[in-house]
Amino acid sequence: SLETLLALLTQDARRENSPNMEDVIGRMQDEKNGIPIRTVKSFLSKIPSVFSGCHFVLGLLKTPLFVPLVEALHLGTLMAAHGYFFPISDHVLTLKDDGTFYRFQTPYFWPSNCWEPENTDYAVYLCKRTMQNKARLELADYEAESLARLQRAFARKWEFIFMQAEAQAKVDKKRDKIERKILDSQERAFWDVHRPVPGCVNTTEVDIKKSSRMKNPHKTRKSVYGLQNDIRSHSPTHTPAPETKQPTEEELREQIKFWQAQLDRHRLKMSKVAESLLSYTEQYSDYDPFLSTPDPSNPWISDDTTLWEMEASKEPGQTRVRRWGFGIDEVLKDPVGREQFLKFLESEFSSENLRFWLAVQELKRRPIREVPTRVQEIWEEFLAPGAPSAINVDSKSYDKTTQNVKDPGRYAFEDAQEHIYKLMKSDSYSRFIRSSAYQELLQAKKKVKHLKQFDVSHKNCNIVKYYYNLK
Amino acid sequence: MGEMEQLRKEAESLKDEITAARKAVQDLTLQDHVAGTAVVGRVQLKIRKTLRGHLAKIYALHWGTDSKLCVSASQDGKLIVWDSCTTNKVHAIPLKSSWVMTCSYAPSGNMVACGGLDNMCSIYNLKGKDGNVKVMHELAAHTGYLSCCRFLNDNEIITSSGDCTCVLWDIETGSQKTVFAGHLGDCMSLAVAPDFNTFISGACDYTAKLWDIRDGQCRQTFGGHESDINAIGFFPNGNAVITGSDDASCKLYDLRSDQELITYQDSSIMCGVTSIAPSFSGRLILAGYDDFNCNIWDSLKAERVGVLSGHDNRVSCIGVTPDGMACCTGSWDSFLKIWN
Repeated sequence: SLETLLALLTQDARRENSPNMEDVIGRMQDEKNGIPIRTVKSFLSKIPSVFSGCHFVLGLLKTPLFVPLVEALHLGTLMAAHGYFFPISDHVLTLKDDGTFYRFQTPYFWPSNCWEPENTDYAVYLCKRTMQNKARLELADYEAESLARLQRAFARKWEFIFMQAEAQAKVDKKRDKIERKILDSQERAFWDVHRPVPGCVNTTEVDIKKSSRMKNPHKTRKSVYGLQNDIRSHSPTHTPAPETKQPTEEELREQIKFWQAQLDRHRLKMSKVAESLLSYTEQYSDYDPFLSTPDPSNPWISDDTTLWEMEASKEPGQTRVRRWGFGIDEVLKDPVGREQFLKFLESEFSSENLRFWLAVQELKRRPIREVPTRVQEIWEEFLAPGAPSAINVDSKSYDKTTQNVKDPGRYAFEDAQEHIYKLMKSDSYSRFIRSSAYQELLQAKKKVKHLKQFDVSHKNCNIVKYYYNLK
Repeated sequence: MGEMEQLRKEAESLKDEITAARKAVQDLTLQDHVAGTAVVGRVQLKIRKTLRGHLAKIYALHWGTDSKLCVSASQDGKLIVWDSCTTNKVHAIPLKSSWVMTCSYAPSGNMVACGGLDNMCSIYNLKGKDGNVKVMHELAAHTGYLSCCRFLNDNEIITSSGDCTCVLWDIETGSQKTVFAGHLGDCMSLAVAPDFNTFISGACDYTAKLWDIRDGQCRQTFGGHESDINAIGFFPNGNAVITGSDDASCKLYDLRSDQELITYQDSSIMCGVTSIAPSFSGRLILAGYDDFNCNIWDSLKAERVGVLSGHDNRVSCIGVTPDGMACCTGSWDSFLKIWN
């Protein structure tokens, strides 16, 4: 399948029992059954050992890989991007289904050899190029820039690099003209893969986060040009990996403290945890657009933004109100939920807890310079003796908070807030969910403006509702 | 016996006791518990939009809280803020260093941040008076690359770094408020809890750690992976953590039972996980892999229920919108794709 083939291209090809990219290429190059590879006459010279893009596509279709036509171009382009073959006239590693000429890469440079060429090799290559006379082999701008950068980076070993480049150039000169043409192009194509032209996507590059820690045993550490180990080194952009040292006595004591605290922690039974996960996902799957169709529709699919408009509006829909019933966090998360909850508590004259909780949340987002003043304000409003919106906090939290306020930071009210949260969860929240205000929203009954004029105690609410129903 | 030797023995025996304590609550595995539940049906997501514009590998993406705007970072040296519905680029911000590895959208929508091999976290103000996007702050103190960053609010941001630490910064003063040290390898990724009181980090020491933002303490450590943890996220209920690793597996750890619940792996998957995100309910886990695909897992049954294949190179980042309506994948092929 295409998936398997694509996987081949990125993995170590030398795995047992897996289809081998080298087999595929071998098949394509087969003299009898492969694609036609020939020498083409061009202007005043000959272009040896090329095949055209359309023949390659046909070749892919004929292999026992059962690649469908629509995928053949895609697969061929990926094979080119990885460096199994290349166009002879430019550096763009894609496959075109026409008369464009391509050449196969020599097995030495195949990706299945797991190359990770170092900058010292690239330096040798670029240096060697400057020693060649032909105008068409002149360095491109980006290559000249790279060479200059590498000369600065390897200043101390440049003599060795230069000597190696000279030696390589000498070996190249001895080769037959046609052979040289082919090898030069293959070498250039190898570097197009490993040091791509700017703007091209490099398929072989390791994630830069990992490149400083070469741990992959499959990758080849050998030099392309036979440079010895002592003069090779990592690129200037790599940082050395941190070494794991033996812990000091102090560190060991810290570790022991940590593990002791870990041992003492309470662990919930797996069965309870599993149950909680199952019920959470079941409860929320109605709200998961990947599992249930959103109502009225998913704007991405239908291009109808009604759903987003509803979310943004102040009038909450039934499904949204229903979610508030899942837990206090749902109410506190939703700005409209918070508004309704606050309104309800105000009607009961018990809104100080929620107002304190909201104030502390807001405090945590303030810039640090505003924090001390705000802490004072919150203290005065909710906790100080004679506070206008006095909240009831346990003595331990109260004492701690009194201390914190003397050196006010963003987390001065953490203990108090946690206590108030627990109180709201068990008390105010349950009353809110049972309230007629909430129930009405849930049943999507229209709000009645009249209600505001009445004393909205529970008893009167019922009377008003009854009266309204009669009408 | 020397004192060091004694301490080492004590540490080892404590670790053994913890392993035993974790085993003691394993009355039932997650698999046993959900044996009676059906696997979620095959999930087929389609590409709805392709965001084109980057010229090189995309390394990171992050959704804004409105579920429509998102920011992406690429090695072409640009941060792009997209209106993903119209595919228009709202901002194209040129960066000083093109070696960017991470980006983040502030919950308020007022700022974005990024960083990478420059070891810094740069904060950009999107709502400047003249309409131009400028660098507002440069947070410098890490001695290694910046692998991930996440805003808590307009005044605070948390970063993870190749120097093995995570840091909570006060943006305005540019100072390090808290340094979270403890990992023994590069920190690769971080995620903030839904209640903003804690965050988790995944590192190259193969562990994930839960940190308390308020007091800087490491509350819990989770092991089990056999290679670098590249990606980490919270399960939507805030009580469980999902991780993705170079060992080709993803894991679900529960905070309350203090251990691994389940592993998501398949013998046919042999490449590393680069990115991870839960669906809105948490029933599905989407994970991006080195082999250019994204796999969708049933989080409870640990079975693969879908694949997103459409990229021509590694999927480096993934994100589900806060409202759960869509997911976005970013790739080394320079494109972002929106799926649902």
